Amino acid sequence: MSIALSGVAAAGANPRRRNYARHYWWFVAPCGVVVFATILFPWVFTLFMSVHDWKLGGGRSFIGLANYQRLFTDERFGWAVLRTLYYTALAVVFPMLLGTAAALAFNRKFPLRGLARAIFILPMMATPVAVALVWTMMFHPQLGVLNWLLTSMGLPPSLWVYDANTVIPTLVLVEVWHWTPLVMLIVLGGLASLPVDPYEAAKIDGATPLQVLRHITLPLLAPFLIVALIIRTIDALKAFDTIYVITQGGPGTSSETINIFLYLNAFAYYNMGYASAVVVVFFLIIVALAMLLLWARQHFKDAA
Amino acid sequence: MRRWLGRIGFGASVLVLISPALMVFLWMLSLSLKNELDNTDFPPIFIPNPPVWTNFIAVFERNDFLGQAWNSVVVSFSATGLAVLFGVPAGYGIARMRATRAAVLILIARITPGLSYLIPLFLLFQWIGLTGTLAPIVITHLVITVPIVVWIMMGFFEGLPPELEEAAMVDGATIWQAFWHVAVPLSRPGVTVAVILSFIFSWNNFIFAMVLAGRNSRTLPVAVNNMLTFEQISWGPLAAAALLVTLPVLLLTLLAQKQIIAGLTTGGVKGG
Repeated sequence: MSIALSGVAAAGANPRRRNYARHYWWFVAPCGVVVFATILFPWVFTLFMSVHDWKLGGGRSFIGLANYQRLFTDERFGWAVLRTLYYTALAVVFPMLLGTAAALAFNRKFPLRGLARAIFILPMMATPVAVALVWTMMFHPQLGVLNWLLTSMGLPPSLWVYDANTVIPTLVLVEVWHWTPLVMLIVLGGLASLPVDPYEAAKIDGATPLQVLRHITLPLLAPFLIVALIIRTIDALKAFDTIYVITQGGPGTSSETINIFLYLNAFAYYNMGYASAVVVVFFLIIVALAMLLLWARQHFKDAA
Repeated sequence: MRRWLGRIGFGASVLVLISPALMVFLWMLSLSLKNELDNTDFPPIFIPNPPVWTNFIAVFERNDFLGQAWNSVVVSFSATGLAVLFGVPAGYGIARMRATRAAVLILIARITPGLSYLIPLFLLFQWIGLTGTLAPIVITHLVITVPIVVWIMMGFFEGLPPELEEAAMVDGATIWQAFWHVAVPLSRPGVTVAVILSFIFSWNNFIFAMVLAGRNSRTLPVAVNNMLTFEQISWGPLAAAALLVTLPVLLLTLLAQKQIIAGLTTGGVKGG
């Protein structure tokens, strides 16, 4: 039907593009339906559920904002928020540093660069569950290869994910391993787009490589670094697969992030209304942090 | 002399950069090729001597590995195919209309945690009685694949000058003919990137199938996770299963690294 319609409309039309603008909606419409069904509908329905007491298999009743009220006094949720922020801070800083360093290295030409780069990005393409299984085996306190590595270097063995104090840094280690390549790729894309003039000027002025990095490369890269920072922050906040497979939030609740808390409430306790309120608050936290970083970028741009 | 030292130093630092990735995958391979005795030896045995295939045989004999692999194939191909069908025209329309507001919706989809779609869709599928089949898994995977395809195609078509299609329309082609016969053939590299990335991220997805799958509709990541939690089986078969699950994706990455890097850099850069 849409094809016939646009054919009729186009027959007498002026071929200039702005007259066609309306018809481009027909290209977007089918996808719009899919997006509505899989993305918008769930959103609206989540808002609806979040103001109900809604147990799976049980009845439901309208309770206004009681779920939200409960959430703000729920200590377990409070801890989950703090843990998520702790996890995110670590899981942003290290990939940013390592990813930028890696991008600077991969920006140079050297033999077998393509292969080295492909190996470097393998972690982010690998199936998270499969990788998490291997890490679980490596974290084994008695038989794991990581404790062998520590003791053979003369360091004391660690309990890794089996201790409440080390579990989050250990999970961050997996996250850093997993997602540093994405930061590298974004920064590498930025490096490829840098102008050459400032470098030539610096060469004439006899600047050292470190000065060039500090005063030319990093300032020019700033927009790309901030994009990487925003993407990394969002992804770290949302981390789920590896945490779930390796610890399921344990030991106790010591690695229970917001996402794990959300999962347990929805699909272990079947508290759909309460879980929906968690979804809404979680989303607001993510948006708030992303906006903060965007604002920082604007601020940074104005200052520069 | 100094130059050579610099080169050796640089080579060493590249080696340090790629070794964490290399080590984990090689250790996975090593675990999958050793018998149980060697796998639980301490200090660890690194090189399987002799390598054994029993772990892989055990994976295929244990429960329904081939069936689950088939489920994964069906889900990833369907979710990717549908995403291309809907997403390529949409990316084109958005690019030609410069509809930045439509693009914001895709960004929101990128920001939202996957779990939040799952609660309402889970209830919906229960009501209409679809749970236990592959259909709900394919539908939820569209949440991942459609934004990837739209985002990449949008960027690709924005870089394609509209003059070519305009010329075709001046010559009497309809807007659809211009799209189908002019824009689509030119967009093949973009479609390739979009297909590879959405296939990989659909294949790797764990959470949707974990919640929605019944006994016969499990995908590979769910099956492998169940091996860990329910069966407490030994390391060898576990590593072998993990390797089999992720091997297609690793090979695809090595073969198509140029396209993948191009797609992720533009996708990532525009993600902000």
